[in-house]
Formats: sequence, structure tokens, C-alpha cells
Amino acid sequence: MGMGVSVREAIAKRAAEEIKDGMVVNLGIGIPTLVANYISPNINVMFHAENGVLGTGPAPQKGEEDANLCNAGGIPMTIVPGASYFDSTLAFGIIRRGLLDVTILGAFEVSQNGDLANWIVPGKIVSGMGGAVDLAQKAKKVIVLMNHTDKHGNPKIVRECTLPLTAERCVNLIITDMAVIEVTKKGLNLIEVKEPYTVDDVINATGAELHIADFVK
Amino acid sequence: MTKVRSVGDAVTCIKSGSSLMVGGFGGIGNPPTLIKAILENGIDELTLICNDAGFPYVGIGQLITEGRASKLVASHIGSNPNAGKFMHENKLDIEFSPQGTLVERIRAGGVGLGGILTDIGVDGLVAEGKEKMIVDGKPFLIEKPLTADVSIVYAKKADEFGNLIFDKSARNTNPLVAMAGTLTIAEADEIVPVGELDPEEIVTPGAFVDMVVKSEGVNWTWAWE
Repeated sequence: MGMGVSVREAIAKRAAEEIKDGMVVNLGIGIPTLVANYISPNINVMFHAENGVLGTGPAPQKGEEDANLCNAGGIPMTIVPGASYFDSTLAFGIIRRGLLDVTILGAFEVSQNGDLANWIVPGKIVSGMGGAVDLAQKAKKVIVLMNHTDKHGNPKIVRECTLPLTAERCVNLIITDMAVIEVTKKGLNLIEVKEPYTVDDVINATGAELHIADFVK
Repeated sequence: MTKVRSVGDAVTCIKSGSSLMVGGFGGIGNPPTLIKAILENGIDELTLICNDAGFPYVGIGQLITEGRASKLVASHIGSNPNAGKFMHENKLDIEFSPQGTLVERIRAGGVGLGGILTDIGVDGLVAEGKEKMIVDGKPFLIEKPLTADVSIVYAKKADEFGNLIFDKSARNTNPLVAMAGTLTIAEADEIVPVGELDPEEIVTPGAFVDMVVKSEGVNWTWAWE
């Protein structure tokens, strides 16, 4: 996405603040995967992987990889004490039953009422939805991490999505390189602006109406 | 009576033009020795049913890269650019299913159900062309079961009756796929006599498995290597 390493890390670090002790959390591929690196060692989180693991741990040391122990992106990982293995129907049973406290996903577009488009750009990107529909529709809290605008500078936060939706009214929080925005029943609340950007920069880069929280002004 | 066969004998059951369901997720848990035998035997025009398209030279991805599939039913193809390329060139027909729905469809086929009801995707693109049903006032999609002429799976251990134990995250879709084949071939790293597996640890009962073959182990370089 043309995003610098430090920007990706900053987004992941901010997202990690949303994860609390005792939560069950699913991290998507890409920037969301980095979130695990910023979780405080003082809290216990059970990370869920769609391929059938609850309790994934950090990446193994080089040379210590186990080809049969990988995350949903096919990358080797470890497990933490208390972890369990199960088949893919159970992995999605956990999701559909609403047992995920948080899922963190990427997005192409998010609308002002929290509609999410992240799996298909017809004719261009047709990678399949994977587990995104299940996750977006059923997790208790859906956090989107993305660049505020696309590579042409067009807003990715819009009044209405132009792309086919992954799920309607599902996003609760948007964390970008420029800002943190809450999605509420009344619309979008700008709650944080990241330096060096100003409130006006964020408004100009957003394709929907923003309510500016008092403490941001 | 043993279900153990040679790889050469087992692979003759897979015909060009047939439907083939393959256990695994991102290459992990795809049966390497059976996939190699399919490639070597020139089997093509397959309808593949698998969680994903693997990576170009990893697992099921090799069958797609080599042009052995005419149709793929999967949830995701992002890790194998060849799948997307062939789809755009109209060489590969792809049916996408949300991952949780896909695996329940396989399970439904495997356990003899007529389908499943789910609200995943009920308001979006996923719902196109599908019947809906209202249960207690809530709308659900009717998602059809999936079965295949042959299922191939990868296990850590099998006994001669076909009882299977899987390894860590290589379990993934394997126990489901094992149930959904008209004929199921299990490839195992280790094959033991009947009675040597702890019944409490068996994940797939041998009744679902028709043939067991000895794995030669993974023959590909992993995407992360």
C-alpha cells in the first residue's frame, strides 16, 4: 500500500491498546498481524486462528519452524500455554457464536455507518473473502486498520461504499495513518489525530461527515 | 483386512474430470505424496474443492499452477496468483464460499445432511442466487452440501483400519474433507497396526476412510522458506 514500515508499526501499536486482559482476538493478515508484537506482556490474550488454533504465540526462532504449526497466512508460529487445536468448522463456530471479543482487519472502504468492503474489487482484486465475512459479521468488536486514503489520495472512509460489501454496519473503530475514528449509530467520531496532521487534514482526507470530539479540537 | 495401499494403486482411483476434495489450509495439511502422484500421472480437468488455492508451488497450488484444474471451489485464492490469472483468462472457473460456510458445507456433505442454514453473507454478494429461509423471524441462507468423487487428506498417524490422528494446525479441514469423499484416501506419516492408536485421541474414525497410503513427506519448499 506504499505505507512506510514505521507507519504500519504505529498503526499496529495503537490498535494493541484496544486489546485487554482476557480477550479472545483474531488478527487478519498484513498490518493486523503486527498488533501481536505490541501487546503488553502483563496481559493474557488468546489469539484465534481460522485454521484451527486458539492460543497462537510469537513467531519461532529461525530454524525452529514447525511446518505443521502455522497461522492462517501460512506463516510458522508457536503456541502459548492453554492453547488448543481443532478443525476449521470449530474455528468458525467460535466466530459465528460471537465468542471473539475483537477482530482486526484491513479494508478497501469503510462507510459512515460502518459498512465494510474488503474482499473484492470487481475485475481487479478477486482474492476471495476467506474468513472476512464471518469475522466482520460476528466479532463483538471490529477494528479496521488501513491507510486513510488510497494510493491516488482518494478517501477510503466514505458516505457509502462503492465496492461490494463484506458486511453491513459491522465496523466499530477505524485506525489509520492519520487518525482514530469511532463508528457510532450517529455517525463517525474523530477521537484522535496523529501528528503531523491537523483536524482539517483529516476532514479533507475523509469522504464522509466527521463529528469532532471536543478533546480533539 | 487392511486398507493400506501403495500410492501407485491409490492414485488410479483419481480420474481426469472427476471432483477431488483436498484437505489443508494454505498448503499446510495438503497431502504432498498424493498431489505429487496426481501430477506425475497426468490427471487433469479436475474440479478441486479446497479451503484455498495454496501457494504457486506449495500443496494444491501446484495442481492449479500446472493447469490440472478446470474448476475450484474455495474461500480464498490470494496466495496463488496463478489462480486469479487463470480465472481472468477463463481457464479456471472459481466458486467462492465464505470460509466458515465452505467448511460447514463440506461437513454437511460428509455427515449426510441436506445443507446448512447460516446468516453469514445473507445481506450481500454471497447471497446471490441462493435460497433464503426465515427461521423464528430471522433470515438465513440455504447453503448446499459438498461431496466429491475422491477426498485426499494428510494425517500424522493412521492405523490399518483408517483411523486418523492429525498434527497441530495441519488438522484444519482434513477431518471434514475425510468424511466428504465418495472414496477417501488418507496419506499418513506413520501407519500402525489396528489397536495401537489410543481411541480417545482418534479424530477421524476409520469408517470414513477407504485407503491409507504412506507419506513420503513434504516435497515442496514452504512459502516462508
